[in-house]
Amino acid sequence: MSERNPHITQLADHLFRREAGKMVAVLTRLFGTENLQMAEDVVQDTLLLAFNSWPDKGIPSNPTAWLYKVAKNKAIDKLRHNRHSLNTDPDDFSETHDQALPDITGMWKQELLEDDMLRMMFACCHPKIPKENQITLILKTLCGFSTIEIAKAFLIPEDTVSKRLYRTKEFFRSEKIKLGIPSVNELKKRTDVVLNAIYLLFNEGYNSTQSEYLIRKDLMDEAMLLCQLLIQNKNTQQPETYALMALMCFHASRSESRLSTEGEIILLSRQDRTRWDGRLITQGNHLMNQAAFGDTVSPYHLEAAIAFEHCTANSFDTTNWKRILGYYDWLCRIAPSPFTAINRAVALMQVDGPQAALTALQDIPGTEKFYLYHAILGEIYIRLHDFASARISLEGAISLTRAAAEKKILQEKLAAVLN
Amino acid sequence: MKEYMLLFRGGLDFTTASPELLQQSMMKWMTWMDGLKADGTYLSGERLTQQGAVLSGPEKQLTDGPYAEGKEIVAGFIAIKANDLQQAIEIAKGCPIFEYDGSTEVQEIAKMR
Repeated sequence: MSERNPHITQLADHLFRREAGKMVAVLTRLFGTENLQMAEDVVQDTLLLAFNSWPDKGIPSNPTAWLYKVAKNKAIDKLRHNRHSLNTDPDDFSETHDQALPDITGMWKQELLEDDMLRMMFACCHPKIPKENQITLILKTLCGFSTIEIAKAFLIPEDTVSKRLYRTKEFFRSEKIKLGIPSVNELKKRTDVVLNAIYLLFNEGYNSTQSEYLIRKDLMDEAMLLCQLLIQNKNTQQPETYALMALMCFHASRSESRLSTEGEIILLSRQDRTRWDGRLITQGNHLMNQAAFGDTVSPYHLEAAIAFEHCTANSFDTTNWKRILGYYDWLCRIAPSPFTAINRAVALMQVDGPQAALTALQDIPGTEKFYLYHAILGEIYIRLHDFASARISLEGAISLTRAAAEKKILQEKLAAVLN
Repeated sequence: MKEYMLLFRGGLDFTTASPELLQQSMMKWMTWMDGLKADGTYLSGERLTQQGAVLSGPEKQLTDGPYAEGKEIVAGFIAIKANDLQQAIEIAKGCPIFEYDGSTEVQEIAKMR
């Protein structure tokens, strides 16, 4: 029936979600971070007005402009109405805000909007805010997710999400965090925190802990959009920024081939490489070249380099595993973590065989609680024809993952071992 | 042809609905209403705000009774044309409100003569 109204299809691409983030960012600049809730309320009211009038009156010819205009008018009302309750000196207010009122119109220009999003991102990633709260706030304010959606994405109670948001807003209120791009000597450190949040967001999308959907493309898309903003701004376009974007492009290029139509995992060795998105791989390459200036090699550079090897190999067997192992060795030196070491063991298995991988894996401390450790251990035992040990490892892995698709593929392996 | 009133209750919780959900829901409503308009079924309709009051009894006492429960608020109404109640019910079944935990009441409009 949608062909009856051509505007409906035009609106299908997350218009509300995209614009909500931008509007919150602009309004937060206007109201101050201490009034973030007010900014969110204005945006919600604006969307609700669209909801109530568009079905009957028809969609305006420029829906985005319509939303901005309504939000702007609501903001002006709020400022007039709340001038005494806002955390602003009333005398100061009449001078600054009343003069600022006509300027509210100018705040909605596209290039300013992007800067506002960037400022908001830095505020969300304030070093004094715990990492999980940073990501929660980014998803809520900039990506337009509800508390329920965030709770589902991270498999945590909705109450926990609300508490995180509440604490962060309290922090904004008490510390009166100013919106802005950090000063030059602070910029590198602050940008690193933002990049880390984007990386975590992407990773959650890439391998979602959510039980039903292994790939949450939404989260991956949001992470890439946010990183794109950092790339466009000359203050934040560091080598690491390009490297992170490249790494996301490479991994995102394989999204379509990672799951079957039934939602089952397709292992890398069996993926249809013709379905990998060549456009994203080319874009990733281009970004890698841009990431190569300066003298820093960040973990993002190395992870992107590893992903590049996979994306450009003709088949699983002709993949340059030796080079990948080299990158993992490097990665383990500059960013040691049990996960890096576990993944390195897989590359080692391809280069030096399962026995070498087993020895390496058993040397990694504190891995017992990671499902991936047991899953890979299971695979190694299978290749060593030690099926009794394989069974124990696979059962351990199954008990540790909550993702249904992961459970399924492990169970299939287990069934093969038992036969 | 008779005229029927469809009253919508409950549905999406606007205070907590994410932008994405609001948009999805709006598009479903739009698609449905466009369909009704296209085949001439639709007569008129409005959404209601969540404020209201009820006057009742000889004292005409003002209460906010039925509006206390968010879920029971009449979200809006539309008037449609249908041959009979059964057909009106069939039309109402296409309403997207059922996907959002809402309900629809179908009433024939008695013409004042």
